[in-house]
Amino acid sequence: MLGHLPALQVIIPLISAPVCVLITRASWAWLLATIVSIASFVIAVLLVHEVSAHGVLSYHLGGWEPPLGIEYRIDHLSAYVLTIVAATASITMVAARKSIEQEIPSEKINLFFSAYLLCLTGLLGIVVSGDAFNIFVFLEISSLSSYALIAMGRDRRSLTAAYQYLIMGTIGATFILIGVGLLYMLTGTLNIHDLQQKIPAIVDSRTLHAAFAFLTAGISLKIALFPLHLWLPNAYAHAPSMITVFLSATATKVSVYVMLRFFFGLFPPDISLEQFHLGKILLPLSIIAILTASFVAVFQENIKRMLAYSSVAQIGYMTLGIGLGSANGAIAGMVYLFNHAIIKGGLFLAMACVVLRTGSVRLEDFSGLGKRMPWTMAAIVLLGLGLIGIPFTGGFVSKWYVLSAAIEQGHWLAAVVIVGGSLLTILYIWKIIEYAYFKTPVSAKLQNLTTHEAPRQMLLPLWLLVIGNFYFGLDTSFSLGYASTAIQTLFR
Amino acid sequence: MMSLLLQHIELALLIPLLGGIMVLLFHDRPKLRETSSLLAGILLILYVTQLLEHYTEPTSIHTLLNISASLSIAFHLEPLGLVFALLAAALWFITTVYSIGYMNGNAEKNLTRFYLFFSLAIAATMGIAFAANLFTLFIFYEALTLSTYPLVTHKQTAEAKSGGRVYLGLLLGTSIMFFLTALVITWIQADTLNFEPGGVLAGNTDGVAALLLFTLFMVGIGKAALLPFFRWLPAAMVAPTPVSALLHAVAVVKAGVFSVLKISVYIFGIDYLAAQDASTWILWLAVATMVIASVIALSKDNLKARLAYSTISQLAYIVIGAALAWPAAAMGGALHIVTHAFGKITLFFCAGAIYTATKLTQVSQLNGLGHRMPFTFTAYLLAAFSVIGLPPFVGAWSKWLLIEGSMDTQHYIVLLAFALSTLLNCAYLLPIGLRAFFKPPDPSQAAAGPGIQEAPLACLIPLCATAAGTLLLFFYVQPIYDFLYPVFNP
Repeated sequence: MLGHLPALQVIIPLISAPVCVLITRASWAWLLATIVSIASFVIAVLLVHEVSAHGVLSYHLGGWEPPLGIEYRIDHLSAYVLTIVAATASITMVAARKSIEQEIPSEKINLFFSAYLLCLTGLLGIVVSGDAFNIFVFLEISSLSSYALIAMGRDRRSLTAAYQYLIMGTIGATFILIGVGLLYMLTGTLNIHDLQQKIPAIVDSRTLHAAFAFLTAGISLKIALFPLHLWLPNAYAHAPSMITVFLSATATKVSVYVMLRFFFGLFPPDISLEQFHLGKILLPLSIIAILTASFVAVFQENIKRMLAYSSVAQIGYMTLGIGLGSANGAIAGMVYLFNHAIIKGGLFLAMACVVLRTGSVRLEDFSGLGKRMPWTMAAIVLLGLGLIGIPFTGGFVSKWYVLSAAIEQGHWLAAVVIVGGSLLTILYIWKIIEYAYFKTPVSAKLQNLTTHEAPRQMLLPLWLLVIGNFYFGLDTSFSLGYASTAIQTLFR
Repeated sequence: MMSLLLQHIELALLIPLLGGIMVLLFHDRPKLRETSSLLAGILLILYVTQLLEHYTEPTSIHTLLNISASLSIAFHLEPLGLVFALLAAALWFITTVYSIGYMNGNAEKNLTRFYLFFSLAIAATMGIAFAANLFTLFIFYEALTLSTYPLVTHKQTAEAKSGGRVYLGLLLGTSIMFFLTALVITWIQADTLNFEPGGVLAGNTDGVAALLLFTLFMVGIGKAALLPFFRWLPAAMVAPTPVSALLHAVAVVKAGVFSVLKISVYIFGIDYLAAQDASTWILWLAVATMVIASVIALSKDNLKARLAYSTISQLAYIVIGAALAWPAAAMGGALHIVTHAFGKITLFFCAGAIYTATKLTQVSQLNGLGHRMPFTFTAYLLAAFSVIGLPPFVGAWSKWLLIEGSMDTQHYIVLLAFALSTLLNCAYLLPIGLRAFFKPPDPSQAAAGPGIQEAPLACLIPLCATAAGTLLLFFYVQPIYDFLYPVFNP
């Protein structure tokens, strides 16, 4: 049984997706999606233990030996990302019920959960797969289902947002496919482990250069790295609240994983960094991403949009860590990814609570919310401190490691940008706080609204994330320790 | 049992934290709430006194939590921290008594929040006082900024909001921008963040790098209110007066200059600072701050604003003490933390007492008030003498040492600046007391009603106590001096 865990990780959500279509009762569909999410979390935790105990797990699909057969390969890095994805998915689903019932028409709820399960399948599949083409396939599964999910948003703007994402996402996926195709053409294999052995011999080939370029552009699009980020703010702002929570904590994170896997796994790290100058591409773009996206976030009036721009900036921190080109930099990027999933997932979940009660995420409608939704607002403040990077929070640990990796490499400009980005974060987080605690509602609509606190079913998962934010600021044995092992295996 | 308690220095943080929890529990019973705040204050004083009594030499580091291989939260005992902790604990208790009088006298709201964040701020101050490494210091430094924000913006008015913005923006901004960067550089250069006698940087970095690093640290510690980052202190004056008194004359600003001293002594080391000439820029910056802030103070008619600028100038004294890189001067700086605390808290208490009794805030309105409020204004004059540095008030000692330090190091311009600043001190502090006693009453007092009298006893007793302290400490400064001596002369 334990031997089949890598396959189960994908198959359980995959099979549940069509089952979900058949369930017409909304609450049962929700229950199924929740149980499946929690099951995949349990499997992810088991995989973490298995990998710690026995090292890399290689699962041969259908019993066919790699490199010809399809391989699922779980190393420390995969197990780490699987845990993040499955954990945030579980928390999202536990909290999702009320918000989904309010935002999605009841006849579509089973389809909604079915699409969600497919999306989860895709994301988990990307991470377990040890085969470049399969990564593309799972990427498409997750992307296609997320277009559908985003389009189910509250108003018609979600349709254009989904359409925009569809176009951009498809271009990105095509580029990745072209890159993988070129690699296959050169080496005759799709297995990542196998490719890693064969690439050093053909490093001078122009085709390889082209493959690398296509992959870089394609993955950067999926990550939403500046200047390919334009789809993200709209998609996050107009998607159903819970889908924003889910995607912000998982989708871009998995894309960052793909970047690490391709450029430090499939291509050996020294080739990516020295022959193909990955750092020279990533560093400037990341720096611009941090500065411009944070700056734009300061001027947003829609808080979901503000947080979406903040995500673009935070992604910049992760790619900055990776672009530094040292093991410590990549570790910092992974730790950042971990803590940011908790923080941003939590902030968007808090937004979902606010939408549920007031129906608006406009800044001016936050006036006086500190009194009316004290627990939700307190969570926003505490998670906001994490986003800024105040000590005791997970956000501090990640900023600390990115900063020390930058200074270690002598990248002073990067160091200045890292701290400068934090200052901009203070500005936009404090805008929310000032509105919520210092202003009284102006519009008559909101004055008459008897807003009360969000339901416990949403508050508990939200506060679980808040506690997580502080816990991982004090105990880094998993977030940092496991990431170090994961990256050191790649760099060895 | 006792020795076990004394080993766990984190108790000094837990006591105010527990006090805060009690405050929350009794949120609807004001008497019990305020009693628990007072009790926590007494307990903390007792505990810190015990620590002080049993202290013989720097103890080994007591690690509370290892966050990762490089980062740990750890505490240790050393003279500088003990003195700072005792100072903050003693004045916390006195301020709590004062707050009860002030907050009730002015019918302030949201008192539970007020007492809660006050306790949290004191816990953070204790964390700073006992920090065994830079990281721990930094954590509690930030915690102190955040826990005082709700106190500064207590009134929740538009004015409080904009004051809070400046406060938070400057303190968080400088600490993240410069302090954190300096911290990471230190970690990469020295491979340790621990405070060690003689410093940790010698042999790891030198010349211009040391100069830049020291400058980065000092500018990053925004709480020390050096030019150009001192605007937060006047901005914080929108807070109720007890907050200004304890936090912005003692805990917060002194946490800043305490960090300055601690980093100078235990990260750089005084000899190393002198050898590398690393503190020159900061020395001139502090001298400029001292003079400019005094001049601004002179121009302020609002009493609290004037006191705030006076604080900025006095903080610069302490930074100069560290930047002169000379044992006597650094000792003067350390003593000035204590002496200025007693003087300045008294002055703020007086400002609050005047406001409680008359609602007056401007210096020009205070004419002739001395006959109605004799105790307050006598205390005011005593404290002003101490801040100016007149004997027999305790402020004389620290000023003496600082001047001696500038003579020893032949910084005659600094010496002149001290002299100038003392004159300016006289010019902006004394007239307030003299107006009150020797000028005819101001017509604006009529608005406050005919029956102006002293503020409530809960306000009056603390301010008389601290004023008496400035006088008494003059005669008992020797034990503090002896206790601190080994820090600067290892």
